Amino acid sequence: MTDNKSAIKIADPMIPETVKVKKIFWETEDVFTMELVHEGDERKEFRFKPGQFNMLYAFGVGESAISISSDSSKKTSLLHTIHKVGYVTNELSKLKRGDILGLRGPFGTSWPLEDAKGKDICIIVGGIGLAPLRPAIYHILKHRKHYGKITLYYGARTPRDILYTVELETWKKKYDIQLEVTVDRADSSWRGHIGVVTALMNYVKLLPEKTRAMVCGPEIMMKYAVDELIKHGMDEKEIFVSLERNMKCALGFCGHCQYGPSFVCKDGPVFSFSKVTDIFEIKEL
Amino acid sequence: MEDLSGILKNHPFMKDLDENYLKQLTGCASNVVYPEDEVMFKEGDKAEKFYLIRSGKVALEINGRDKGNLRILTVGPGQILGWSWIVSPYKWHFEAHALEEVRAIALDGECLRNKCEDDPKLGYEMLKRFSHILEQRLQSTRMQLLDVFKRV
Amino acid sequence: MKILDKINLEKLIGILKQDGYKVIGPVIKDGVILYDEIDSIKDLPEGWEDEQEAASYRLKKTNDKSLFSYVVGPQSWKKFIFPQRLRLWKAKREGKGFSVNSTKESKPKYAFFGVRSCELNAIFIQDKVFNNGMFADSYYNEVRDNILIISVNCTRSAGTCFCVSMKTGPKAKNRFDISLTEVIKNEEHYFVLEEGSPRGSDITTQLETMDASEVQIKEADDAINNAALKMNRSMNTAGLKELLYSNHDHPIWAQIASKCLSCSNCTMVCPTCFCSNMEDTTDLSGNNTERWRRWDSCFNLDYSKVTGGNFRTSGKARYRQWMTHKLASWIDQFGTSGCVGCGRCITWCPVGIDITKEIENLRNSPMPITK
Repeated sequence: MTDNKSAIKIADPMIPETVKVKKIFWETEDVFTMELVHEGDERKEFRFKPGQFNMLYAFGVGESAISISSDSSKKTSLLHTIHKVGYVTNELSKLKRGDILGLRGPFGTSWPLEDAKGKDICIIVGGIGLAPLRPAIYHILKHRKHYGKITLYYGARTPRDILYTVELETWKKKYDIQLEVTVDRADSSWRGHIGVVTALMNYVKLLPEKTRAMVCGPEIMMKYAVDELIKHGMDEKEIFVSLERNMKCALGFCGHCQYGPSFVCKDGPVFSFSKVTDIFEIKEL
Repeated sequence: MEDLSGILKNHPFMKDLDENYLKQLTGCASNVVYPEDEVMFKEGDKAEKFYLIRSGKVALEINGRDKGNLRILTVGPGQILGWSWIVSPYKWHFEAHALEEVRAIALDGECLRNKCEDDPKLGYEMLKRFSHILEQRLQSTRMQLLDVFKRV
Repeated sequence: MKILDKINLEKLIGILKQDGYKVIGPVIKDGVILYDEIDSIKDLPEGWEDEQEAASYRLKKTNDKSLFSYVVGPQSWKKFIFPQRLRLWKAKREGKGFSVNSTKESKPKYAFFGVRSCELNAIFIQDKVFNNGMFADSYYNEVRDNILIISVNCTRSAGTCFCVSMKTGPKAKNRFDISLTEVIKNEEHYFVLEEGSPRGSDITTQLETMDASEVQIKEADDAINNAALKMNRSMNTAGLKELLYSNHDHPIWAQIASKCLSCSNCTMVCPTCFCSNMEDTTDLSGNNTERWRRWDSCFNLDYSKVTGGNFRTSGKARYRQWMTHKLASWIDQFGTSGCVGCGRCITWCPVGIDITKEIENLRNSPMPITK
C-alpha cells in the first residue's frame, strides 16, 4: 500500500512525457517506423521489456496503444512500427524528424524469454504482429547460444506488406533462424510461400516438449496458430499470445480492455494461452 | 521398388498406413523430378496423378483472365499436390508451376481408383486422408478470403 | 455508544465546516434525493421517504420529522471521488512541440454525511479499483485520503434493496468515522452515535452527547433489523461466479437484450461501476488542448471498439459483460463482488430489468455443462 502511495508522487502515469522523432520512414505502403528520443535530453534512457507497449499521443488528436519494436538493450531511443489505420496513427504518420509527440509507458506484460532459455523457440506472427515480437527476436539473437532451434513463421497479406525484409534475411543468414514467410496473395513475381501461416508448420519439425511458442497477429489467425501448435503436441502453458483490446488508460482503471477477468493493458497484452484457454472461443467476450 | 516403398512410407501422407496398402500404392507410384519453372499440369487437363512432394515448392495458379495469372497457394515438402484424381470428372482446377526443382512421388490416379474400387477399405482410407487435405485447403482459402491482415 | 440530539447534529455539521470540510449530504433536488453540499440540517430531506420499485422512484411525505427515512437516490458518492468529468491535464503548443501541465488544483476535503452501509461498501470496492497494486489513480486517492465518513444506518428499506443478501447492510460495520442510527419513538427523536475512528472520536468530544442506554441501543438495533426484515429482494450469491462463467452462451442474454435499451443508466447509477473514457478537446486555434476523463459505460458501442473492428457489438454481449463483470469477474479482479445490493440499477432501469430476478432465471435454467 505505501509503495503505491509513493508511486503517485513520483509520476502521474496519466501524463504523457514529450519525445522527439529522430527518424521516421515507411516500411510498406501503410506501415511506418518512428525512432523516438527524449525531448531535451537525448541521452536519457528508455526502459522496457520485449512485448510491452506505449501510449503514443499526437497533439490535439489523441492517443493510441502501440507496441515497442526496438531492441530493449539499446536504451537511448525507441522504435515503434505503426500501421496507419486510424485518426491517431494517421496523424503520427505525418510527423517529421524533429517533431514532438507524447508518450506514456511502457505498459503491460512481456514475452517470457528468461525461462525459455534452453528451449527451442517457435514464433508465429501475422501482419503487423511481427512488430511486438521484434524486441523478443533481438533479445534471443543477442543471447543466441542460450536458445535451441529458432523458427519464425510469418504471414503477410502480400509480398509488398512484408516488414523488415532486409533484417529478416540477416536473421536467417547470420543467426541460424529457420524463417518461413508466406503471403495470402501474390502475383507471379513472388517465389515464396502462398497460403496461411499454419500450413508452413508442416515444413519444420517441432519438438513439443522443449519448445516455447510466441504468437502475435489478428486474433482469428492466433486461434488457428494455437490450434496447430496444440495439434503438434504443445502444452497450452508453453504457448504465449499477445492480445489486442481497446486501451484508453493503460493502467487498469478505464475498463475498456477487459477480457473476461483480465485487463489486457496490465494483465496482458502477453498471456500464457493457458490463462485464456477457457474464454478464447467465447463470442463477443 | 524397395526404395520407392521406403520413400512412400516416410512421407507424412502415408503415416500409419497399413503395410499391405502401402505395397498396393507402391504399385501405382513412380519417382518424378520437375526442373524449376516447369508446368507440372494445366488447368482443365485430365487429372491423372497426384504427387507427394519430397522437395521443392509448387505454386497453384488460376488463369484470372484480365486479372492475370493468380497464384493462390504453394505446396511444399511433406504435402500433397492434387486431389482432382479422386473427384470426377478428374480434371485439374489449377495450373501447377514448379517454383524450384521439385522431387516427388507421382501416384497414378486411375491405377489407385481401380484399387480403391476393388477394396473399399483402401478406398475409405484414401478418402479419409484426402478429406483432411480438402478440409485444410478449404479452411485455408476461407482464411485468405477473410483478408485478416487488412485493417479498415 | 452515545446519544446525539438534533441540536447537536446541527452542531456536528458546523464543526465539520469549521474544520475545513466541504460537507456533502442528502438534499431534495429535481424530485429525488441526491447528494450535494449542505450547510445545516435544514437542508436534509426532513419528513420525506422514497418509494422504489423496478423502473419506479417516488418521494413521499412521512408523518414524522425523520431526516433519514429515505434509502438511496440515483446518485452515489462516487461522483465526488471519481468525478463524472475530470480534466487530467492541459497542453499548449510550443514551437514544434508542446508542454503538458497537470492541473494540480487543490483537492476538496469532503465530509460525507449520511453514507449508507451499501454505499460505504461501494467506496471500499472502488478503493481497490483505483489502487490496483500496480497503479494508483492520483485524483481518487488524494481525495479519498481526506474524506471523513459519517454513515447513517438504514432503518427502512426500499423495494429494490437487497443489501442483506450481499452482506453489505443495512448496518455499517466498520471503517466509518462516525455512524448514526436515527430513532423516532414516543415523541423522542435522537441518534445513536458510534465512533469508528480517532478522528470520529475527536469530533464527538466536541459535541454534547450522552451515553446511550441499553434501551436506546436496542431501539436503534430494532430499527435497523426492521429494515432488514422488510427487505423484499435478495440475490443468491452461492456459486454465482461459476454460474455466470459457465453460461456465456445462455439464451437469457438474448432475452434480456430484447428489453435492454443499452441506455447505460444502470452503470451510471451503480456506486461501483468505474469505467471511463478519455476525451481530448482542442480550442479553435489548435494550440491548446485538454485531456478529460469522463464516465463511460460497457453498454456504449464504442466501448469495445478497436481499429478495424469491435469486440462487443450485440446488446446481449454488452449486457452479459456488465452482469458477468459485476457479479463474477469482479471477484477475480478485486477479490469481491462488484455488487452491494443498493438496488439502483433496478430502480433506474427504464424498462425495469431486475438483476436479482435475472440471476434467479439463470439459476433456474442453467446451460448443461458440456466440459
